[in-house]
Amino acid sequence: MAEIPLLRLSGVHTHIGRYHILHGVDLAVREGRLTVLLGRNGAGKTTTLRTVMGLWKASAGSIEFAGKPIQAMATPDIARLGIAYVPETMGIFSQLTVRENMVLASTTGRFEEARLDGVVFALFPVLREKWHSAAGSLSGGQKQMLAISRAIIEERRLLIVDEPTKGLAPAVIEHLIDGFQKLKQSRATILLVEQNFHMARSLGDDVAVMDDGRVVHTGPMADLAADEALQERLLGLSLASHQ
Amino acid sequence: MRFGARLISGDKPGHPVLSVLLIALLVALAGAPFFFPGTRSLAVASQICIFIVLAASYDIMLGYTGIVSFAHTMFFGMGAYGVAIPLANGWVGWDAILLGTVGGVLLAVVVAIGIGLLSLRVQAIFFSMVTLAVASFAQLLATQLRGITGGEDGLTFSVPRVLSPAFRLLAQPLFGVRLDGRVMTYYLIFAVTLVLFLLMLRIANSPFGSVLKAIRENGFRAEALGYRTVVYRTLAGALSAAIAAVAGALMALLLRYNGPDTTLSFSIMVDILLMVVIGGMGTLYGPALGAVVIVLAQYYLQPAMQALSDATAGLPLLPAIFHPDRWLLWLGVLFVLIVYFFPAGIVGSLRGRARKG
Repeated sequence: MAEIPLLRLSGVHTHIGRYHILHGVDLAVREGRLTVLLGRNGAGKTTTLRTVMGLWKASAGSIEFAGKPIQAMATPDIARLGIAYVPETMGIFSQLTVRENMVLASTTGRFEEARLDGVVFALFPVLREKWHSAAGSLSGGQKQMLAISRAIIEERRLLIVDEPTKGLAPAVIEHLIDGFQKLKQSRATILLVEQNFHMARSLGDDVAVMDDGRVVHTGPMADLAADEALQERLLGLSLASHQ
Repeated sequence: MRFGARLISGDKPGHPVLSVLLIALLVALAGAPFFFPGTRSLAVASQICIFIVLAASYDIMLGYTGIVSFAHTMFFGMGAYGVAIPLANGWVGWDAILLGTVGGVLLAVVVAIGIGLLSLRVQAIFFSMVTLAVASFAQLLATQLRGITGGEDGLTFSVPRVLSPAFRLLAQPLFGVRLDGRVMTYYLIFAVTLVLFLLMLRIANSPFGSVLKAIRENGFRAEALGYRTVVYRTLAGALSAAIAAVAGALMALLLRYNGPDTTLSFSIMVDILLMVVIGGMGTLYGPALGAVVIVLAQYYLQPAMQALSDATAGLPLLPAIFHPDRWLLWLGVLFVLIVYFFPAGIVGSLRGRARKG
């Protein structure tokens, strides 16, 4: 029997105002795997994530999470199903402290000290030092660490992360890759939009490539990483330039 | 020290000057009948207490949640009428005060929830307009329903004996102050103010308060974390309305009178807005200081100008500039100066300076 994906989009269309952005997106995210969504700027990756979260409403098609249709649900209800979303803009609250940002991400208003120490501070120790600082005073990399930490402060069924490396220094990117590797070891299910092919290749189990509002390729990341011609055709890049 | 921090829910003032100001305010209000004896001073101290509650409750809406409402005086009036109506109808007792306050609070909560659920989904400007319309309607209703509210004339009533001026707690004055019903009324108002202010600090520094601040900063992000912003905004509105209603009940007890002009007028709404903006939005301590500035200015600016005008009687132009009839002009100048030197309000600006070191 075929494995049922945790998240499945079937023929999803999204309109933003009079613009038709998604033209029938089909995508499956399997449980316990990291799926990377690749594509050129404007391909519809962020819109796909925002449509999953209900921030843009799908005008047609279906979105199922753990077998349950969610395309008509409100954003807070979708989040409460156990989906954590880290938007491209990080989505942190800059006027609140790091601690307050973390409290907000907890469904109970509290968090387990063990998880804080064992998972969050183990991945991003700098957050312990900045615990009572205003989130707005953090550097770009630290803000991204906070945004990701917020998504993992409790066990979630799915993490959706939009371009976490955007605008970050290479050293910080390596640190983030390390963090995602550790998350993968905990069998977390992750849907990651990433432009940085080096990061995508290091982390991805599965890959979906979007172009012009459609998914034009799906398969194991290893296959795409090994096929330079396919990369050239889908993404307009060669692996050699990203070694 | 630790107890003090717990009492204020860990919300430290954040600047030495601010700490001194707040401690001075607390001490001055706690001993007001003894430090500033006299009926007028006691009335000023009572009004400061009531406006601290009213402005701080408005700060939960404006400062913490980012909602501009013009209906806050309506909730203030509901609490005041809640107490005034039974007392004016001859039911003079603590049970009437308690039930009247609870009735006013419940009505305020129901109306706030109604307004919130119906209009918080729309854009902020439309919500503000809706609250303005509802508040105007409530004021109109209070003037039209003469049989219940006393119309334009309002309601004058007696209060329980302990709160009446003729009551004496002790036969002899204490430190030269006669402990009469006015002092009892003041301490009732002071105690309720203290409890409500600490309660608001508790709420503002709870996870619920963090959600409100998050919604103020970015509602969409809060929704993506699983928070229904309309529900939280409505809850904040209901909480703020309930506390404003209690402040209204205190005002009615203080004046032993309630009418549309004393609790429902739009000029009170403007005063509340000024208190919050001058003191510093989203700080709670700010509105408390703002209330002190505005109430003191309203009571003492005119006499101070009279004194200045008299003192400069022999000089050209100055007596005319400081003529007490021009007190509103000088009040305006005072506001402009405060906003210029403290753009984030008194508390916000002081905290900002402390952060910069």
